[in-house]
Amino acid sequence: MKKIYLDYAATTPVDPRVKDFIQPYFFEIFGNSQSIHSIGQESFKAIEQSRKFISEVLNCHPEEIIFTSGGTESNNTAIKGIYFANRKRGGKHIITTTIEHHAVLEPVKFIVENFKEEGARVTYVPVNKNGIVEIEKIFESISDDTILISVMHANNEIGTIQPIKEIADRLKIVNEERKKQNKPKIYFHTDAVQTFGHLKIDLKEINVDLLSASGHKFYAPKGIGFLYIRKTTEIEPLLHGGGHEFNKRSSTLNLSGIMGIYKATQIAYEQLEEENKKIKLLRDKLLDGILKKVPDVIINGSLENRLVNNLNISVVGVESESLLIALDGENICVSSGSACSSGSLEPSHVLAALGLDPVLARGSIRFTLGRFTKEEDIDYVLDVFPKIVEKIRKISPLY
Amino acid sequence: MSQYSEKVMEHFMNPKNVGEIPDADGIGTVGNPVCGDLMTFYIKISSDGKTIEDVKYKTFGCGAAIAVSSMVSEMAKGKTIDEVLKFTREMVAENLGGLPPQKMHCSNLGVDALHKAIEDYLTKKKIHPLLCKCPFCDKDLPCAEIMECEKCEKQITKCPYCGKLVEFKETCSNCGKKIR
Repeated sequence: MKKIYLDYAATTPVDPRVKDFIQPYFFEIFGNSQSIHSIGQESFKAIEQSRKFISEVLNCHPEEIIFTSGGTESNNTAIKGIYFANRKRGGKHIITTTIEHHAVLEPVKFIVENFKEEGARVTYVPVNKNGIVEIEKIFESISDDTILISVMHANNEIGTIQPIKEIADRLKIVNEERKKQNKPKIYFHTDAVQTFGHLKIDLKEINVDLLSASGHKFYAPKGIGFLYIRKTTEIEPLLHGGGHEFNKRSSTLNLSGIMGIYKATQIAYEQLEEENKKIKLLRDKLLDGILKKVPDVIINGSLENRLVNNLNISVVGVESESLLIALDGENICVSSGSACSSGSLEPSHVLAALGLDPVLARGSIRFTLGRFTKEEDIDYVLDVFPKIVEKIRKISPLY
Repeated sequence: MSQYSEKVMEHFMNPKNVGEIPDADGIGTVGNPVCGDLMTFYIKISSDGKTIEDVKYKTFGCGAAIAVSSMVSEMAKGKTIDEVLKFTREMVAENLGGLPPQKMHCSNLGVDALHKAIEDYLTKKKIHPLLCKCPFCDKDLPCAEIMECEKCEKQITKCPYCGKLVEFKETCSNCGKKIR
């Protein structure tokens, strides 16, 4: 039977148009973009075309885009890169939020744990019960040695969109003040892995210094992403070598990946509003149907400032792994907030940050829709899901 | 999901003996819903006090926890108390065609819950027909989770993994598993 995939926030399939587009970039066009000869230059031109296009949609300069292997590398480069470039100048303090992806939380933790002696420290700013970061608390935590603020654009588990423009605007004023006082600039990084290719981002309007994006979240292949680094922002590279990517990321460029993210961006921007409208209709149908058919369901995170494809709910009295497996048994592939690894159940840090009851957090389930979701898929889920919940609740001592 | 055996999936998709027994002779709950699984077993004992006539359970937890509960209930139904007390976690896992290693600890609680229900029954009846022997001096001890052998000045317990009576220390002296 056909599988119904509702886990687009985990990864997306490669759009067939992207798949076709990158075919020549394995055998016909394959050169090392650093080579001076014509075969190398052919690759160079293709890569620069991709870089130029991405910089145009973001409204920035091509030299401000460096290609990476994906979201995790972009986030690591931004955070470690800024810290290592500025630690000697007194920048020690990082501000981030409690709901970031592990690809932000872990590099921050790495810095704080390994450079404690020289004063490295972090402030985790909480979110309100709707899953939106408390801006006031960000600005309250700023001190003389603050070097970086990292706030995700939209959360991967609950889809809440963070007020990054507001943060950037206020930070601009703070930085102007700091300049007068000869204090180090505070850089602003946003992890836009869940939003680039889904929401329009204008970097002239949103004043961030660094922005991470990943291809496989919007129908490009896995293993390609980029980091926007505003001109004049100094970073220490993670990868040292041949000096590729303006000396910010050495490594022979991933030609087919770069052409994949180029085509995927093109397609995304051609149909962005239209596609979001269609997906939102389906998501709302799923939400309404579940609320109508299944009692005692809690929506996690604000429905207002939210990615249109995300639905995260807690099903009272049900544990998510059993729900997930039962749904998989009916060919529905979704995801849960908590992951059971190495013998210990780790409830989602995002749902914990919302203040959700830990037992309810264990019953959370995430549906994320995408380009290839059809109305009949939602109808099928609405037919199957209530039956499965009822069955598991019959076994549950908590319902 | 491929991490589970066919047998686990079979029991998970169609769990046997789900429910509660309103006039149960013994009830046993183990686990914690915040960071693990939660299971409550209900048993009905025959009039002669020897056989488990009926078993039911309610379980909150992952697929493995539900499959374990179902398997344990099937294994115990119709068996004598003596036989059931010899059940171990490993027997359950084996009957299920194996469990993923990370599930052995947090989800394989069915036997513990069932034993607790039997304990509850025995306590209520104020009978301890079961005697366990101290593995060091062979002295009869009333069966309990942790037994004191005054003669040897040792604490004795039944290893939940291999079922052997051993000294209650960090690890089982027979199978080496962590028991404390």
